[in-house]
Formats: sequence, C-alpha cells, structure tokens
Amino acid sequence: MDPLRLVAVIACAVVMIGSTMKQSYAGHVDLSGFVQAQAASLISDVGCSPGTRCSVPFNEQRVQLKADAGSEEGSVAFTGKIDFINDAALSERDSRTREFYIDYNSGSFTVRGGRQIVTWGVGDLLFINDVFPKDWVAFYSGLPLEYLKLGSDSLKLDLFLSSKTLEIVVSDFTADRMPDYKQFSPFPAVPQRSIKEPGEPEIALKLSGYLGSWDAAIFASRGFYRAPALTGNSAELTAEYPRLNTVGFSLSGPLAGGVLNLETGYYDSVDDSDGVKSTINNSQLRFLMGYSRQLGSETQIGIQAYAEWMQDYEDYKRNRSALTLPDKQLRTVATVRFTQQYLHQTLTLNLFAFWGAAEDDSYVIPSLRYAFNDYLWAEVGANIFSGSRHGMFGTLADNDNIYLTVRCTF
Amino acid sequence: MHLSRLKTVRPLLFLLVLNCVPGEAIFAEPDAAKLVADSLQAFYHAGKDMRAQVTMRLINAQGKERKRVMTMLRMDTGERGGQRYYIHFQNPSDIRGTTFMVWKHLEREDDRWIFIPAIKLVRRIAADDKRSSFVGSDFTYEDVSGRVADDETHTLLRTEEIAGRVTYVIESEPKERADYKHRKSWIDQSHGLPLREEFFDARGEKVRVFVADQIELVEQHWTITGRTMKNLQTGHRTQARFDEIKYDIGLTEEMFTERYLRNPPRKWIR
Repeated sequence: MDPLRLVAVIACAVVMIGSTMKQSYAGHVDLSGFVQAQAASLISDVGCSPGTRCSVPFNEQRVQLKADAGSEEGSVAFTGKIDFINDAALSERDSRTREFYIDYNSGSFTVRGGRQIVTWGVGDLLFINDVFPKDWVAFYSGLPLEYLKLGSDSLKLDLFLSSKTLEIVVSDFTADRMPDYKQFSPFPAVPQRSIKEPGEPEIALKLSGYLGSWDAAIFASRGFYRAPALTGNSAELTAEYPRLNTVGFSLSGPLAGGVLNLETGYYDSVDDSDGVKSTINNSQLRFLMGYSRQLGSETQIGIQAYAEWMQDYEDYKRNRSALTLPDKQLRTVATVRFTQQYLHQTLTLNLFAFWGAAEDDSYVIPSLRYAFNDYLWAEVGANIFSGSRHGMFGTLADNDNIYLTVRCTF
Repeated sequence: MHLSRLKTVRPLLFLLVLNCVPGEAIFAEPDAAKLVADSLQAFYHAGKDMRAQVTMRLINAQGKERKRVMTMLRMDTGERGGQRYYIHFQNPSDIRGTTFMVWKHLEREDDRWIFIPAIKLVRRIAADDKRSSFVGSDFTYEDVSGRVADDETHTLLRTEEIAGRVTYVIESEPKERADYKHRKSWIDQSHGLPLREEFFDARGEKVRVFVADQIELVEQHWTITGRTMKNLQTGHRTQARFDEIKYDIGLTEEMFTERYLRNPPRKWIR
C-alpha cells in the first residue's frame, strides 16, 4: 500500500469516527460515495471471439468513498475521494486516490495541498490551456466524464487581488493515460520500454477576472508533454516526456442569447524549438471558438471550431519519419453537442460529435441517461470512430463500442 | 402662536374639502402594473439580502418523490432590478456541491454559471430561456428568481376573498412569446404577496397552478415559506419549503464571483 493510500484510509477512519461524535465536533463532516458498474463491448467486427477481453475490453465495478470535512468557520477543509476497482476485463484489482487535499482559506488567499483535479479553459472536450493530466482510456471507454480528468499531486495557491484572482499550481508530473494494446486494437504490444518521467516539478499560472459581463483569463505554464515521445529501435524503446511551455488567454461572455467562448494558446516545444526532431511535436498555435445556446426550454446546442497550426512546418517535413503520412500544417476540428432532456430532466439524450476536418475522420458519442430516482441512474451510449486511419480519431476505428454504466449513490 | 397654527390648519382644511369632491383622479382603481411591481418587490426583493435553506420535493403523478436540498443566497445590487443569486446543492449526493450563480439584470439577459465539483469545472451557461425548468422541478428559473413587471401587461379584474384574505385578482399577459398565454394572480391586499397564480396556454387551458401554502413574518418581512407549483397536464408537482431564513446578513457582490463558486462561503453554506 503506498503511503498516500495509507493516509487516505486513516483519514477515512478518522472522519468516520468523527461523524459519530458530531455533537462535540465544531465543523462539518460528510461521507458519501457510489457503487458503479460499467462495461463496453466492441461493435466493430475485428474478429474477436464473443465474451473475451478482445470483444469486451472494458468491464469494471467500482466503489467510490468520499469524505468532506471542514472547520466551522471554513478556514480549514479536507476532501478525500478513493476508488476501489475490480477490473474484470484485465483481471486486476486496484484502488486509486482520485482526490486527497487539505484547504487553508484566509481572507486574501487559499492554499490547497495534495492530490487534486484542476480544470481551466473554456473548451468543451477540447483543451488548450487546460494542461493538466487526462485519462483518455476512461474517456474512450464511456466512463462518466469526470474520469477524463486525473488528479495530480500539487500545491495550489489562489491569491485574491481586489477584482482579480491569481492561481499558481506547482505539481509533480503525471502522464496522461493513453490507449494501449491491452484494451485497444490495433495497438501492437510494445517491446521493452524504459520510461523516463520528468523529475522536476511543473508550474502553471492563471490570472482571471471579469471584464464587465465577460470572464477573461490569461494563462502560462512550464511543464512537459503528457504523451511520451518514443525513441529507440524495435527491440528497446525509450519513452520520454519532452518539455513544453504554454501561454494563452480565454474569453467567455454573452452573445445573442447564448454564450461565446474564445481561447487561444501557444505551445512552445522547448526540446525541439527548431522543429527538427522527428519524435518530438513541433511548437503550435491553438485556437478555439465556441458558441452554445438553448433551442427550447429543455434543449441545448453547442458548436465549436478548433485549429492547431504547426510551426516550423518545412523543418518538420524535412526531418519527419518516412514511415508515416505527414501531418498537415493546419489541423482543424469541429464539434457539436446536442442535449435534450425529458420527463422532468430524468431522461437526458446527449450527442457529442468531433469532426476532424483536416484529417477527414470523426468521433461520435451518443448517450441516453435515465435517473430512476435520486440514487440510481443508468446510461447507455456508444463511442464510434470513423474516417481516415491516419487521423487522431480514425486510428481508433477498430474500437467502436457500446457501453452501459449503472451508478448507485449513497 | 395662534396665528401660526391657523396657517397650517388652513391648507389642511382645503385639502379635506378637495377630497370630498368626487373625481376620477381620487377614486381611481389601483394601477395593476404598480400592484404587480409591488408584489414582485415583496416576493423577491425583501430585505437587502437573504439566506434560506430550501427543500424541494418533486412528486410525479404516481406519487413518486425526488428531493433537492439547497442553500440559497440572494442580494439586490445597485443596478435597477439587478440581483445576485447563489444556489448550492447539498442533496441528493450525486449533485452535492454543484452550484449555480446568477447575475440577474433587468435590461438584458442574465449571466449564469455552474460549478461541477467532480471536475472542478466552472462553466458559463446560456440563460436565454428563463422559463426552462429549475433542476427538473415545476418551478422555472423565473419562478425562483422573479419576473420583470414590464415584461407583461396587467389588468385588474376584481377583488376577491380567498381563505379569508382579501386579494386583487390580476390578469397578466406576456408581451413576448412565452410558455403561457396569460396568468392570473391573487395578490393579498395587506402584504402584497401572491396567494395563488394560474397559468393558461394559448387554448385557454389552465396548465400550471402556484399556491402559497404558508406565509410567515420573518424579521419584519412577510415571506412565503411554503409553496407548491403543480403542472395540471402531467400531474407532476413541486413543493418547496424555505427554512432558516435570515435577512440582511451583510452579503456583498464579492460573494457572487468565481472565487466563491469554486469554494463556497462556509459562513453561510452548510
């Protein structure tokens, strides 16, 4: 058991004991959680035998325990969230600390220390200044959206400067969880791979405030790419996380009865600033424009246009590996989200679609969720990838799945 | 001394005489628009600010019940008709910690944000349709935070006694297309709060009924502490109970910013 987990278990026990002694406890203690089962079955024909891990790559049951506690006046607070997982598809049992942090609130600042999730930026499933770790396996398997975000062990300081807020996050590096051969095809089993994780901490800054009715923010970060750059030969590979610096801004405000979102960022690929290394991403400019509004009393629609503009493109073309098709200089993606609710918002139909205009591929996620009561809901949905196999979504075309999630909260 | 007294009495006498002269200006019916505006003021703007613990029971036609428990903070801003709302959910546990923040404006659309605690996400949400359901209940956002008197034309129909209270019965028609064609409200003549409201569709069918189940005097403000909204078409109804009400607790506009959306003010939020 790693030390963090041990501390989490002890904290849970303390909180439980604390809750039974509420009369003498001056603050608040809340315990909650859920039991959840989720499975996804492939719907594309890739020659899997039915019922095998190949045809049902995701099948897990999990229990989440959550504890919140705080002092009466609110100066000190604690949140802990641990998932205990039985992964029947991979025949593994595991526990994961999703969040575990302590807050200290003063009049002019808040400090949050421990494992925490940070979400920045205004994109809907498109990220520019949200440089924090993500779990793409959870996302592609249809797990609830919260599992797309991974916590990282960080110290976060929020400074409240009159009408502006300055957030500073210093984190230990956490890589993204990427699809691999265990649950995705046709990802070949990787040969011997040595992983070199960065030893130095990352830092991210955000300064935000209101400009009239608009939310404005500027961002900067010094860190690393969260997907590894692989070097070596077929016998032995080295996975390294190249350096990445970012700067950007976002704006969000009302327009014609809806909400307009704008975000941009510059990704400075520090280890390949000239764009000559074939294994490391070149620097990029990223743009996002989104608009969402209601169509009726229970209907919402959102559209987004997104672009990545590769820098030093000529150098990239000269130095890239000849084994793959070249990436385009301008990668564009459009998305649409449509949400409709029925039966007093107990039944929710949601459709999210990515269309990779530059790579000619797409990714569609339809889902239907029904809340049987306040404690039990079930969701059925699908992840459907299609188009060019060279594209980011098309490369997953053998992994179309239909999933079912059932959650009971307590 | 006598003289100075007489000087003040004379104009008073003159006014009394004037008042005895029958005339339209003096015996006119109360202005319906003014009655509605005063009623909205009493209903949604009592005190400079307010805190309440709100429990909503959402009950379907078969009697199956869901429950929403939340803390509501509200304050009036200097802007005419402008308000700030902060609604923090405690139950059910699936939405615990989810928070709505609304900057309500008279002249333009409201600004509305949501905080989703599971991913620490603050998102601005479109607030175009104030008549959409508030968290699946029979109350609309507008029912929760109040409508604007000028958005409707008002006609005083009659006075009527209901449950021993004398009320003005007013018919109001939205100037722009809405989910109802017109509504009738029964406004208590003494404290100005609506005791009952009925909403009608374009065919003249009654579709929704609001009833003030309980009205209490809280810190000198008459307050509707129990209310029900019933959808007559589906048989679904929502009963809302306001407890632990406190007025003038000293909220500031700073409380209604992203800082507190991400980190609830524990002084007022459970």
